[in-house]
Amino acid sequence: MAEKGSEIRLDHVTKRYPGQKVAAVDDFSMVVPAGQIVVFVGPSGCGKTTTMRMINRLIEPTSGTITIGGEDALRIDPDELRRRVGYAIQQAGLFPHFTVAQNIGVVPGLLGWDKKKVDARVEEMMDLVGLDPGEFAGRFPRQLSGGQQQRVGVARALAADPPVLLMDEPFGAVDPITRGHLQDELLRLQGELHKTIVFVTHDFDEAVKLGDRIAVLGDRSTILQYDTPDAILANPADDTVAGFVGAGASLKALTLLRVRDVELGTAVTARVDAQPSTVDIDGERFVLVLDQRDRPLRWVHQNELRHASSLAGIGRPVQDSVTLQSTLRDALEAMVNEGGRAIVTGSRGEYVGTLDLTTVTEVVQRLRASA
Amino acid sequence: MTAERIRFWAQPLAVLLIVGGVLAWVFSSTLTATEKSTLNASSLLQALADHLLMTIVVTAIVVLVAVPAGVVATRPWARWLAPVFLAVANVGQAAPALGVLVLWFLFTGASGGLWVAALPLAFYSLLPVLRNTIVGLQQVDPSLVDAGRGIGMSASGVLWRVEFPLATPLILAGLRTSLVLAVGTATFGLFVNAGGFGLLIDTGYKLNLMKVLVTGSALAAGLALLVDWVGAVIEQWFGPKGLR
Repeated sequence: MAEKGSEIRLDHVTKRYPGQKVAAVDDFSMVVPAGQIVVFVGPSGCGKTTTMRMINRLIEPTSGTITIGGEDALRIDPDELRRRVGYAIQQAGLFPHFTVAQNIGVVPGLLGWDKKKVDARVEEMMDLVGLDPGEFAGRFPRQLSGGQQQRVGVARALAADPPVLLMDEPFGAVDPITRGHLQDELLRLQGELHKTIVFVTHDFDEAVKLGDRIAVLGDRSTILQYDTPDAILANPADDTVAGFVGAGASLKALTLLRVRDVELGTAVTARVDAQPSTVDIDGERFVLVLDQRDRPLRWVHQNELRHASSLAGIGRPVQDSVTLQSTLRDALEAMVNEGGRAIVTGSRGEYVGTLDLTTVTEVVQRLRASA
Repeated sequence: MTAERIRFWAQPLAVLLIVGGVLAWVFSSTLTATEKSTLNASSLLQALADHLLMTIVVTAIVVLVAVPAGVVATRPWARWLAPVFLAVANVGQAAPALGVLVLWFLFTGASGGLWVAALPLAFYSLLPVLRNTIVGLQQVDPSLVDAGRGIGMSASGVLWRVEFPLATPLILAGLRTSLVLAVGTATFGLFVNAGGFGLLIDTGYKLNLMKVLVTGSALAAGLALLVDWVGAVIEQWFGPKGLR
C-alpha cells in the first residue's frame, strides 16, 4: 500500500454530444490536488458525472486535455488507463455471479498478477474495509447487506492500489446510518492512503463532510464555486450556490469546527468533598461540582450553596457534556440540553472548561468575515 | 425442496415406465413377420440413433447460429439488427416445419438424408435460443457493464465474463425449448430419408400395424420428454452460481 495520489488536471475540457446544440460539459478547467478529496456537487443533470467519467474516459471528451500525475490520459489506452484509476459506483456494481473475493480480485487479475499475490491482496483489502475474509470471501454479493456491498465496491476500486479514485455517488443507495458509517470509514482510509479522490454526489452535507475541497457545479458543468467547505458555507459565491448550500449553512459550518479549536470559558468549580462555606462564588450564580477525579457532577445555584452543609446531592445534575473532539454543532446541542453553557471534558472525562453561545456566534461571524 | 426433487425425478421415471411398459407389451406378444422386420432391436436402435443424431445436429446448428447472432444483435453498434434477426427467426417458426422441410428437399434435389433434414428443422427451432439470447443479454443491468468497463475490462472481457454468464439462465431456457422442438420435429425426418422414430409411425400407420405405430409414438414421446429433462439438468448445472 504505497502509491499515494497524483494530481489530476483538466484543461478546457468540453463534451458535446452529436446533434445537441449545447455542450454537456462546457470548457471545464480544474486542478484536483494530489492526495485530496474533491467533491463535485450539483443538481441532477448538471454534468458532474459526465465530467468525472471523462477522467477515466468512459466518456471521451470532445476537446481539451486531461492529465493524471502529469501523464496525458487521452494518450493512454482506455482499458489500461481504467486499470490504474479506481472506480466505485452507486449500489457498488458488484458482479452477482462473482464471489466477494473474485469481485475484489478483478483488477489485479486484469493486470496479470499471479494468483498468490491476488489472493493476498484480496485478503488485505477485505481487512482494510472491515470485512472478515474468512467469513465473507466466498459469499456472493446477494448474500451481503447494502453497506457490506458498498465496502466490497470500495475494496475492489482500491485493489490495484490506484493513485486516483473516482467515486460516483457510491453511498447513494444505503440508509442514512450506514451511509454515515461508510463516510467515516472512507475518511479513515483516506487518512492512511492519501489517494486523489474525485467524489460525485448531489448531497451537500456529504460533500461538506468528505471534501477537502468542494466544486459546486451548475448547468453544463460550469464551476460556480471551487473552494474549501468552510469557505463555501461561510461565503457562497452566488445565489445558486447559496440555494444549494441550503438552509442552515451556519449550522453546517459548525460541524466543521471542533471544540478544541475555540477558546474555552471557565466556570467556578468545587470538589464534591469541599466545605460549602469555603467555596468562593466569585460573582457567579452557579458552581460546578466535580467528583474526586474532576469529572463534572452537578450545577449548584448560589442560594442553595448558602444553606447547604455538604456539596453532595444538591443542585441539578449535569445532563450533557462534550469533549474536545466534538464538533461545535454537538456543543450547541449540549447547550440547548443544558439550558446554558456546555461543559467540555478531556479524554478521561475530566472538566477542562465551558463553552457558551457567545463564543459560538463569534466563531460563525469570524468565519464569514474571513472567507 | 423435496417436492421439487420429486418433480425433478418424476419425469425420467415416467419415461422409463411408459417406454418400458410399451416395449414389454410388444415383445411379450407374438409378432407377425412384417412386424418383426421393424420391431427388432437393431432397427429400433437405428431409429433411435438417427433420431438423436438429427436432434443433436439441429441443436448444434441452432446454438452456433442463434447465440452469435444474439450477441451481435445486442452490441451497441448493431442494435438495429435485433428486429431483423427476430423477424427472420419468426418466419422460421411460423412456417409449418413439414412444409419447409419438403420444400427444401425439393429445392436441393438431393436424395435427402441427415443434412437435408437438419437445416430446415434448425431454421424452425431457431427462435427460442435467438430470442432468449437477445433478451438475456439486454436484461443485464447496464450499471454492471459500466462497472466492468470502468474498472478496466475490455468490451469482450465484459461480454465473456459479465454479460454472457448473467444471460446464461435465459439462453439455456431457450435452448431447452429449442431441443424439444428439434426432437419433436425430427419425427418428420423420414420424409427426407433421414430416418428416426417417424419411420415407425409412418410404417405402422400405412400398413395398419398397431404395435409398430404405438411403439414408434411411445418412443418418440419418451425421447422428447427425456431430452426436455436433460435440458432441465443442463439449466441447473450450467447456470451461474450466486444468482439463485
